[in-house]
Amino acid sequence: MKDSGSYQPYSYFQLMEVSLRELLVEKGIVSEAEVAATVADIRARSPERGAKVVARAWVSEAFRKRLLDNGTEACEELGLDVPALKLVVVENSPDVHNLVVCTLCSCYPRMLLGIPPDWYKSRNYRSRAVREPRAVLSDFGLQLDEKTKIRVHDSTADMRYLVLPMRPAGTEGWSEERLASIVTRDCMIGVAVAKAS
Amino acid sequence: MTEARYKPGDSVRVRRAYPLGHIRTPFYIRGQRGVIERLCGSFGNPEELAQQRSGEPRQPLYRVRFRQQEVWPDYRGSAEDVLEVEIFQHWLE
Repeated sequence: MKDSGSYQPYSYFQLMEVSLRELLVEKGIVSEAEVAATVADIRARSPERGAKVVARAWVSEAFRKRLLDNGTEACEELGLDVPALKLVVVENSPDVHNLVVCTLCSCYPRMLLGIPPDWYKSRNYRSRAVREPRAVLSDFGLQLDEKTKIRVHDSTADMRYLVLPMRPAGTEGWSEERLASIVTRDCMIGVAVAKAS
Repeated sequence: MTEARYKPGDSVRVRRAYPLGHIRTPFYIRGQRGVIERLCGSFGNPEELAQQRSGEPRQPLYRVRFRQQEVWPDYRGSAEDVLEVEIFQHWLE
């Protein structure tokens, strides 16, 4: 609930959430503490986790190889648990640009990027990303060279995708922390590229 | 667990079928031809799991690569643009 200070009636979905949660607690299926802990855990996940993974891959060639080979295991090395689902990391290069979408719902690497942005879940993005990816990228202000191939990943089942962006020029000698600071959520979805400033 | 029938590089076609239920094969890709990019492993069948059943036998899951120009005849972009979709083996032929 928003703490706006003034009284606001519950919306339909808020009322549904409260009703369901209270029923589950009343029947002893979950406790209020478990619900609160899960919500706190979900809120703690943010794109900074994914940025940490990308920055490590930029500075360590061995880590980059392990990440592309087995994303889940490589993340565990950094203490990032990617439970149940397998992480597939796809790498951008001067020849290939990767873009991630879930046309069926909103599958997203939440363990590394947190809660997906609203546009990622919109019908507009979900239908157009597979149909006209170049037009979608252009809406995000990204004009790719005609020669760059686009590889769209429709996240339809048990895999989750993270784009490994290209390290921008002008970042030579930067620390891992500084590199991580320029890795945005959007460039790990593939609707943007990493920039040095 | 069902044995994996395909390997990377194999040419496959997605079944053109429209059963009811919780299907993870998008409509737009049914009937399309593609190439196996990789085998992702074996996972519980979502069509069974959605019915509160065990999901067994687990089904091999593949990433299948399609050429955009074949999927969308009026596609605007490079002939080498591709689309990769996860498809369970029982949806491939």
